Amino acid sequence: MSYELIAIGASWGGLHAMSALLDGLAPEVDPPIVLAQHRGVDSLRGGLEALLQKHVERPVREPDDKEPIERAHVYVAPADYHLLVENGAFSLSTDERVQFARPSIDVLFESVAAAYAERAIGIVLTGANEDGARGLAAIKAAGGMTVVQDPASAERRFMPEAALALAGGADAILPVGEIPGLLYELCVGARA
Amino acid sequence: MALPVGRPDEPDLEQIEVGLLLEGIYRRYGFDFREYAPASLRRRLRRRMDGEGVETVSALQELVLHDPQVMERLLLDLSINVTAMFRDPSFFLAFRQHVVPLLRTYPFSRLWVAGCSTGEEVYSLAILLAEEGLSERTRVYATDINEAVIDLARLGVFPLDKMQEYTHNYIRAGGTTAFSKYYVARYDGAQFARSLADSVVFAQHNLASDAAFNEFHVITCRNVMIYFDRPLQDHVHRLFYESLAIFGILALGQKETIRQSPHERAFEELAAEERLYRKVR
Ligand SMILES: C[S@@+](CC[C@H](N)C(=O)[O-])C[C@H]1O[C@@H](n2cnc3c(N)ncnc32)[C@H](O)[C@@H]1O
Repeated sequence: MSYELIAIGASWGGLHAMSALLDGLAPEVDPPIVLAQHRGVDSLRGGLEALLQKHVERPVREPDDKEPIERAHVYVAPADYHLLVENGAFSLSTDERVQFARPSIDVLFESVAAAYAERAIGIVLTGANEDGARGLAAIKAAGGMTVVQDPASAERRFMPEAALALAGGADAILPVGEIPGLLYELCVGARA
Repeated sequence: MALPVGRPDEPDLEQIEVGLLLEGIYRRYGFDFREYAPASLRRRLRRRMDGEGVETVSALQELVLHDPQVMERLLLDLSINVTAMFRDPSFFLAFRQHVVPLLRTYPFSRLWVAGCSTGEEVYSLAILLAEEGLSERTRVYATDINEAVIDLARLGVFPLDKMQEYTHNYIRAGGTTAFSKYYVARYDGAQFARSLADSVVFAQHNLASDAAFNEFHVITCRNVMIYFDRPLQDHVHRLFYESLAIFGILALGQKETIRQSPHERAFEELAAEERLYRKVR
């Protein structure tokens, strides 16, 4: 099995967790990484991109509508939009907030489950609400790989716990520092 | 011959079902969602499936085709009218800085707000034009596919509990006076000044199937085409190209771009960050 997309959801504490994950990421792990991180409507445009770019060589972008999804890129859902994927390109929407969030992790993950199914890896990181739980369950049901940050090691444990409860566990439960190693095994180890 | 075994939640299978459902809706009721962006659409359909208590898109299709009331409920799910006054304040600021000076050079100009929803964006523009002293010299055409939202737009009453947010946006958009000057509070609604709508014509218009109807100096179409697939987007870009005067302005949503559209080369960037483009050929 080769994985073609890594979807990550994070809320409270997500910037730290995401930075740590990118710090540890080997360049050979090259499926596109798509991140939905909760944040305020007023957050500086391009601010999150710039912060994350400091932690990784590959380009970090906020995609435009219908932008093609490329390998070795990190994509960040724009503030105040839902980000969805469909056969090789992004699609944006301004639909109502889901679980008080736009971008919503569930919206991203459910579109990933529909478009990538068993070729997707879904990762739920730290957070203080239950967004991402339904989405992770959808990725699991579609045959994708599910990873959840070990709640004991998360800045906020509620979101990882909610995801584990609803999805009925995950394929891997790890501190964030060990997730890059797992991604290496899943995406590169398999090829070697 | 062995047929492939399909799980009901198999993505490719659902894609086939969605295609059949949309074709059925079009032929039975005339509503055409066949060229809408599939990912959002599927989300909406799944919501209706939950609401009707069915497991598959095919089961929803059976209900929709035989029961117009289910179609009505689905239509509500499929119409996305989320909007706000001065959404993306920096856009309105850029409009003041880059578009208003151009409008001043015309004795009279026509603006088209395509996909105006319940009117918040139109009233925001009307306020901006009034503050720039351009109301008398401009006519705004505000259109949407959905009659119901146009009726609401005509009323110009917006939720009172949004006024704090809109005031905040208005200030960041470069507003030059007190926002509260523009409305009076009624029950739970804020009634905006009638005079703001004096220069506005509201009309129903479908971007997918209706033709050009005038020549414009400015067209804004923000967060509408994100719901379309690429071929329909290209179609609408052509409509806009044909409807714009030379040196006319096209304004798109914060995450929409003219790049990769068939008319990309006919435009130059006026304020790239704010998605303001100018037709140059
Ligand atoms: C999300 S709202 C955007 C409202 C506003 N322009 C804004 O940015 O806040 C999208 C609007 O596009 C309208 N719309 C969808 N399909 C359309 C079509 N084919 N022709 C015209 N309007 C359409 C919807 O009815 C809805 O009111």
